[in-house]
Amino acid sequence: MSIDLKTIKHISKLSRISVDEKKAEKLAGDLNSIFDFIEKLNELKTDNVEPLTSVAETTLKLRSDVVKSKNLRDQVIKNSPKENEDYFVVPKVIE
Amino acid sequence: MSDITKQSLSELVENIKSKKLSSSEVTKAFVQRSDKSKELNTYITEDYANALNKAKKFDEKPNLDLKLPGIPMAIKDLFCTRDLRTTAGSKILNNFIPTYESTVTQNIWNEGAILMGKLNCDEFAMGSSNETSFFGNVQNPIDKNLVPGGSSGGSSSAVAAKLTPITIGTDTGGSIRQPASFTGTVGLKPTYGSCSRYGIVAFASSLDQAGPMAQNVKDCALLQEVISTYDEKDSTSIDFKRNEYSKELTKDIKGKKIGIPKEYRVDGMPKEIEDLWKKGIEYAKDCGAEIIDISLPHTNYALPTYYIVAPAEASSNLARYDGVKYGFRAEGENLIDMYEKTRSEGFGAEVQRRIMIGTYVLSSGYYDAYYLKAQKVRKLIKNDFDEVYKKVDAILTPSTPSSAFKIGEKTNDPVSMYLNDIFTVPVNLAGLPGISIPAGHDAKGYPLGLQIIGKAFDEQNILNIAYAMEEKINFKNNITDWWIK
Repeated sequence: MSIDLKTIKHISKLSRISVDEKKAEKLAGDLNSIFDFIEKLNELKTDNVEPLTSVAETTLKLRSDVVKSKNLRDQVIKNSPKENEDYFVVPKVIE
Repeated sequence: MSDITKQSLSELVENIKSKKLSSSEVTKAFVQRSDKSKELNTYITEDYANALNKAKKFDEKPNLDLKLPGIPMAIKDLFCTRDLRTTAGSKILNNFIPTYESTVTQNIWNEGAILMGKLNCDEFAMGSSNETSFFGNVQNPIDKNLVPGGSSGGSSSAVAAKLTPITIGTDTGGSIRQPASFTGTVGLKPTYGSCSRYGIVAFASSLDQAGPMAQNVKDCALLQEVISTYDEKDSTSIDFKRNEYSKELTKDIKGKKIGIPKEYRVDGMPKEIEDLWKKGIEYAKDCGAEIIDISLPHTNYALPTYYIVAPAEASSNLARYDGVKYGFRAEGENLIDMYEKTRSEGFGAEVQRRIMIGTYVLSSGYYDAYYLKAQKVRKLIKNDFDEVYKKVDAILTPSTPSSAFKIGEKTNDPVSMYLNDIFTVPVNLAGLPGISIPAGHDAKGYPLGLQIIGKAFDEQNILNIAYAMEEKINFKNNITDWWIK
């Protein structure tokens, strides 16, 4: 199989990572060699195998719904690259 | 008192408990040595002044019943530490100050240890050489311009160079065991669900585990005892009876059945690795273990499976880095443009590569062919282990297919870099515990490690085997302090 530049650009859109031509070409090369290596899995027949999603053989535990953390609003907001008092600021999204 | 930094964790604990040493003396010694070792580039963030203050406070009212009384410790920068910058080795978290503490580190501080700083690692733990870190390469104290392994490369380097008595790393595909092997140190990847993942910057959630990295097996057992707790904040944390690993440590492994998987004799394996493995088998026999040939038929499929599962989970986990609530932001013409530029400039090349792989294998039309397929093969790999564990108590393999390589040697070939993890990845896929212990040197004098893989929740058993073999191997790290100015 081969991943072409069009596919790379499609994946980059889905990944929300901008790529220019040069980077797209480099990525196509890298991804193709990685997928050549991954293709090995096709040697195996797996029709009747159950997929393994987690090795932790445990069921989710319930807990009571109580707030345990303190109000950390100021510290949380401080980590934002751009804030305006109590809000996170992003580029305009509504015309 | 002889050079404090040359003492093992167990010795330091004993000397503090018997009041032969104070926490201040110990902390000062490690801070000074760390400060003289900047050339290794092990630290991303130093917190020396706070550490010395905390040591002083500890000494004023020492609680000597704790397991790590006043012991200074630097840790991998993948663990969130409240009020101290946590970067995950990435530009995108360059200025992130967590408002909470990871459970594993909280457990360590609860037992009296003192944070000295945050250690370098591959960006988001994606790498096998510490070369993907935004904060630069880490030097292996074994030799100049040698990689310390990865992703816990700052941790392995710091322990080997004695900048910290012990440390913790994280292991998703070998990130504790491979760097331990490259630096002549001991590294344990616990059973999945043994140590809480709460507050650890997530890479691949079904594989990530925190674990100790130490100078010897006894120290490793002691730290494992501290960090392994059930935690309701991690929904995959497992509530099982944990041992007091260091107290129950024994060299009596007589009659233990140890399996030797033939599939680990991979093509092109260097003779020195093959020889090391043979030597390891002899050591295990000398300790009274019974050696049994076994087969793990799907071993060769583990790496391709890993390079679907891990990037898929990473692409989901790393979707949160959007430049809005925390971390680096690049300006854009609109919201989407801002996201795309932030992620393009904020993530390094390897992280972008893995996000792209993960996004592709999860995308419409490819999910069944790749992700579902990989989950099925993962089941076959786990079945292999379940089957052999009916016959054996543990498995012995080399830790890595080679010794440490030079900085820059493999950076242009992602697949050859990925092959480093060939012996460690199956353990993560099956959720098992594995420990790497130093077992010899190659022709260049670089350390080589052996890996002991256990049954799920059977950390005590592999620690015991490692403890018994460690005595027979009697490994000595050859470190000259070449970097000390």
